[in-house]
Amino acid sequence: MELLDIIKPENKVFSKTEAMTDTCLSYCPGCGHGTAHNLAMEVVAEMGIIQDTIGVAPVGCSVLAYDFMNIDMTQAAHGRAPAVATAISRLWPEKYVFTYQGDGDLAAIGTAETIHACNRGENIVIIFVNNGIYGMTGGQMAPTTLKGMKSSTSPFGRQEELTGAPIKMTELVANLPGVYYATRQAVHTHKHARKAKKALKKAFENTRLHKGISFVEIVSNCNSGWKMSPLESNVWLEENMLAYYPLGDIKVNGKLKK
Amino acid sequence: MTEEIIIAGFGGQGVLSMGKILAYSGMMQDQEVSWMPSYGPEMRGGTANVTVILSDNRISSPYLKIFDSAIILNQQSMDKFEEAVKPGGVLLYDPNGITEHPKRTDINIFQIEGNRLATEKGNLKIFNMVILGAFLKVKPIVKLENVLEGLKKSLPERYHHLIPLNKEAIDLGMANVKTLKFEEVFNLN
Amino acid sequence: MKGNEALAEATIRAGVDAYFGYPITPQSEVIEYLMIEQPEKRTGMIVLQAESELAAINMVYGAASTGKKVMTSSSSPGMSLKLEGISYLAGAELPAVIVNVARGGPGLGTIQPSQADYFQAVKGGGHGDYKLYVLAPASVQEMSDFVEDAFEIAFKYHAPVLILSDGLIGQMMEKVQLRPQKPRRTDAELIAQEGTWACTGKTSDRERNIVTSLDLKSEKLEERVHRLYAKYAQMECEDLRYEMINCEDADYIMVAYGSSARISLKAMELARDKGYKVGLLRPITLFPFPKKQLFDLADRVKGFLSVELSTGQMVEDVRLSVEFKVPVEHFGRTGGIIHTPEEILEALEQKIIHNGTVRHHKTREQSI
Repeated sequence: MELLDIIKPENKVFSKTEAMTDTCLSYCPGCGHGTAHNLAMEVVAEMGIIQDTIGVAPVGCSVLAYDFMNIDMTQAAHGRAPAVATAISRLWPEKYVFTYQGDGDLAAIGTAETIHACNRGENIVIIFVNNGIYGMTGGQMAPTTLKGMKSSTSPFGRQEELTGAPIKMTELVANLPGVYYATRQAVHTHKHARKAKKALKKAFENTRLHKGISFVEIVSNCNSGWKMSPLESNVWLEENMLAYYPLGDIKVNGKLKK
Repeated sequence: MTEEIIIAGFGGQGVLSMGKILAYSGMMQDQEVSWMPSYGPEMRGGTANVTVILSDNRISSPYLKIFDSAIILNQQSMDKFEEAVKPGGVLLYDPNGITEHPKRTDINIFQIEGNRLATEKGNLKIFNMVILGAFLKVKPIVKLENVLEGLKKSLPERYHHLIPLNKEAIDLGMANVKTLKFEEVFNLN
Repeated sequence: MKGNEALAEATIRAGVDAYFGYPITPQSEVIEYLMIEQPEKRTGMIVLQAESELAAINMVYGAASTGKKVMTSSSSPGMSLKLEGISYLAGAELPAVIVNVARGGPGLGTIQPSQADYFQAVKGGGHGDYKLYVLAPASVQEMSDFVEDAFEIAFKYHAPVLILSDGLIGQMMEKVQLRPQKPRRTDAELIAQEGTWACTGKTSDRERNIVTSLDLKSEKLEERVHRLYAKYAQMECEDLRYEMINCEDADYIMVAYGSSARISLKAMELARDKGYKVGLLRPITLFPFPKKQLFDLADRVKGFLSVELSTGQMVEDVRLSVEFKVPVEHFGRTGGIIHTPEEILEALEQKIIHNGTVRHHKTREQSI
């Protein structure tokens, strides 16, 4: 096939969703954020709810999520996205409101806001990207950093007796009655990404039905912070992260899975 | 006319609500009023006091050091506010629980046995209205009908059936207030 | 009505869309009143008790991001927690109203009234290059009126506005004339008025709206800060508020705001009874501050006494305004103690009228 033929519309096999902007992603090559952004925005576009979706960006690597997502977005203070989203959802009950937060944002500095928004059962989607490290500030220890895992603030590996065990937020919030859907997904392979997209779709559908909190954790990599090549980081993710943070639904339709 | 009053006693004696009724009564006769309570933990069982000002003019400070009248309902308040009455002013108190009676000679001192009267009536809740009645007998700064209007304003509707009982208590206070001379007070010790 | 209750009722009547708060003495009556009144039934206004002051101010941020009229209130320790959110509101240029019914500090301090949050209110408080428009009510009437006034300023400038009250004004009762009920804006009206910037959902006919205080490029942030300061300059020109009482013939001026202004008014009466020509300048806005008025007064008076329930905060701004033309002194009780009119008069006599001689005498006595 000639180059000119390839770019003909009838030969097109994939196009970027209109819910993403043309801005180049600022994430490190190999990072899962781009995929997670894209999946969420594909769902929004496919559901036809761009005009009804309001996103809340956190502080962390995805602080600039609004540069990439072609929807109305507000940018919250560190950890406060669930409080920001609470107000938006209460005042615009027919809108689809979501937060997009990392582990430092959601599971450390914003724990109170996370727990209470979940407990109140706010009608929002929380997308929780867990890569076990503070990416933006240069690879410091997160509440989700695995035991023995090295970071710039746990240079000899995380010691549980000093800093506690890595926190499993999704299991934690799943126990709250306000949480209708809690699931853990990954995006490091096509197979996982497809599943994650289904989960995100289900989450936004729940908002449509005013079901309360849909909590979608995405276990992801941070090859820069982990000091690995993208490929190595994905292997490490499979072998270590997923061993501690097993994938799958934890609560569906308001019922814990067991 | 401006009347600056301090009402002081224990929390639970109805000090704040008496002040509120007085303020509402002033409002009913188109006066400027202010009601400034002591607030916080001391309200709960400790001492409570409220400054009430009724005036025909704009009220400047809602918080004062000296007063035209003091209504004193426990010893701590006596200790604190006896000296706060302007010369020639009024001090009205209930002798119940008072061990150090007022000693000043340059003010008018009145006594009302509100606690005894209310107990005899079998209803301690009317205590503050007995006191208010006594005060209004001494200082008729608001008309009785305006007090009743003030009561209506400050009480939730479900308590409006208690207004006649409150009026009775006010009458009781008016009928039983005693003018004291300095010597008599001294003798009581 | 209590000051706090008047403020709460005025919030409903001003057509406010939402209130988010957290209980703290001495301002809890605001949220209590709103919960009893059920404004959701009256106007559709949302009231929510947040899990913390941090959450409350960020709920305010969220609501304001969508163009809604939103308010929160707290007292001093709670205000310290809200400062993070207030800095973000200022940076993101969002309209919102914050109320501080101040109490004594630092730390947990006391629940009694204080004006020691002046610096926090007018000198930034939170991080970064910003200011708040600050209204200081001195009566229950103003607690009520300033709610609507504050929202007008907030939306005129797209900036957070602070109402700085204190426990005295919040807890006292006075007569109050409430303003009539204003309707809340419908979503369609809101989109028509705020659609160019607010997050109301990106329709196909416009670009997406982004609310953020982040400018990673320093040039962009400098540009933003200059834009903020242009607004502050405009506030100084157009929206300064103050009250002058008996200043025309005055030899001495007391400068006081909020509850201290009320007590100083009585002190002024006492002073006039004694034959001193004393006037009162009451800043109604603490930022903008009546700088020029003070500067001009300094040409014809012998001295100023700044009266505050603190160890002296506003006095610095009075001195800066007066530019050392005449003496400027401070008087104030702190820690939750309220100064009496008599104490203020005494301070006025000692520190200003007798120009410090009495004070020196006392110091000498103490040293013996």
